[in-house]
Amino acid sequence: MKLNLAICQFRPVKADVEASLAEAARVFERLEAMTPRPDMLVFPETALTGYFLEGGVREHAMTAERMLERLNGLYLSGTARPADALLEVVIGFFELYRDRVYNSAFCARLGEDPAILHIHRKVFLPTYGVFQEERFVDPGHTVRAFDTSWGRAAILICEDVFHSLSSTLAALDGAQLILVPSASPARGFEPGPGVPGNVVRWDRVLRTIAEEHGVFVAAVQILGFEGGKAFPGGSVVFGPRGEAIARAPLWEEALLGMRLDLRDISAARVGGPLLADLERALPGLLLHRPRGTEGGRPSGHEPEGSS
Amino acid sequence: MSGEREDVIEIPDAVHSPDVSLPPSPDDLSPLAIDTKLVERWLVEFLRSEILRRRFEYVVVGLSGGVDSSLTATLCRHALGADAVKGFLLPYRTSSQESRDHALLLADGLGIETREIDITDAVDGYAERFEAGMSDHRRGNVAARQRMIVLFDQAAKLDALPVGTGNKSERLLGYFTWHADDTPPINPLGDLFKVQVWELARAIGIPEEIVEKPASADLIHGQTDEEDLGVSYAEADLILHHLLSGYPADQLEEFGFDAAKIDMVRQRLEGTHWKRHLPTVPMLSSTAIGEWYLRPVDY
Repeated sequence: MKLNLAICQFRPVKADVEASLAEAARVFERLEAMTPRPDMLVFPETALTGYFLEGGVREHAMTAERMLERLNGLYLSGTARPADALLEVVIGFFELYRDRVYNSAFCARLGEDPAILHIHRKVFLPTYGVFQEERFVDPGHTVRAFDTSWGRAAILICEDVFHSLSSTLAALDGAQLILVPSASPARGFEPGPGVPGNVVRWDRVLRTIAEEHGVFVAAVQILGFEGGKAFPGGSVVFGPRGEAIARAPLWEEALLGMRLDLRDISAARVGGPLLADLERALPGLLLHRPRGTEGGRPSGHEPEGSS
Repeated sequence: MSGEREDVIEIPDAVHSPDVSLPPSPDDLSPLAIDTKLVERWLVEFLRSEILRRRFEYVVVGLSGGVDSSLTATLCRHALGADAVKGFLLPYRTSSQESRDHALLLADGLGIETREIDITDAVDGYAERFEAGMSDHRRGNVAARQRMIVLFDQAAKLDALPVGTGNKSERLLGYFTWHADDTPPINPLGDLFKVQVWELARAIGIPEEIVEKPASADLIHGQTDEEDLGVSYAEADLILHHLLSGYPADQLEEFGFDAAKIDMVRQRLEGTHWKRHLPTVPMLSSTAIGEWYLRPVDY
């Protein structure tokens, strides 16, 4: 099975969902000129508003159903789209769900029979340094893979992927492709790599995940400046052997298409069956799992000095 | 790009290795080293983005002949083109001829338009007439604020955005006039230490005589920043870098940093937090601006 994937390093119009949707519609139109035509298109985190909204998140949050309705309307009105053509789209947005606001991304099928295939609500909300997410949105609680027209995928949003447990759960749940809509503000300008320090770290983390689990990983970044914070891009796709398949340029919008051969996953796992090893070891590990720590020391255990 | 496996630019493997962090040393300036090409692009993109987002086509920059304003004007020119940058020379009667020469040298090199407006009458109209015997320190503050009055008025006249020139060192040390140098709504050098400004200025091609001269506020003839502060920028910047990175003062002393200089830098840093904030407002409600009512600057 092969997947024609497109990733869009996208510049939101800050705090303006309508204007951002109009830009997204232009991306839909550009897809039709791509060969092969993409089966799936991935936008970044908070693609329709920008990332730093502070107390403004509620003013721009919408339900997943409304988001599907808006995206599908734009998709169907596209003039270049062949009749009956479907598209699976992944996009990050501030989601209103049961009277709460989440930093979410969904996967939806657009076309004559639109449907939401999966919603991921960001679990790990960065609230340190420049980040304040937990002040303004609620956390999700689950990581799950889901079925698509071509195979099985999972969504993790930005910091979710920096916790190795998240991608492990996704891989154990059968994900062949881990999609990571993100908004990573640049910092670090030491000589050497030629890119901001955070881009180097993203590369290291994503490559390790792809190699460890034998999965494809696609991280898609927003672009632009928000209040002095740069989102320089650096979207990247890794294959199941840890090889870079596509990399978007820094500082520029980009729509990249690629064909992923999902047979590469089994080939990689034959050579490095780490996921299968984990599956076998996991019940025992969970049975003897640590009971949590407090202040760096196991809680409710023996006093210091005992052994 | 489309199709199977395009050519992909690889980030070199070496950068995937964990960073090796050596203990701070007063002789090791490497923590302050910058990728000048990356920083230049970063700041040019910032300027372009911020200025266009605010719907301006022009910027005004005060040109002192020093490295900060020279670098700022150069970055603005790279971001917007020479026609968009309006340079203002705003001398006071004690300003040096060298400052003027260097400002014009820079402007000529960039091909940007300049105008000179002498602020002596405006400053002395207050200082000499009402406050004879005013100290040089107070007079310097009055001149700095007068420069901003002119710069903002010229910005209004030209429908342009004023661009600030303050660097991270002077911001952290409180070595600037509050509500003067820090007033413009965007400030591209505000997260670069002075030694990093120098490094970028050299790389970007600012004339040598501007980059290599001692930094000076040019308020008193022969005055230099480093004499004023009692520490070189290289020393102060390194101490600031390590303090902000979480090293306590006593640990820096163990690493060989000069105790008196650490103390001086720390006192300046800790005594000037107020200068890096907007005025303090008593919070009376749960809709207080910036406390409860939180919206980003570009919202």
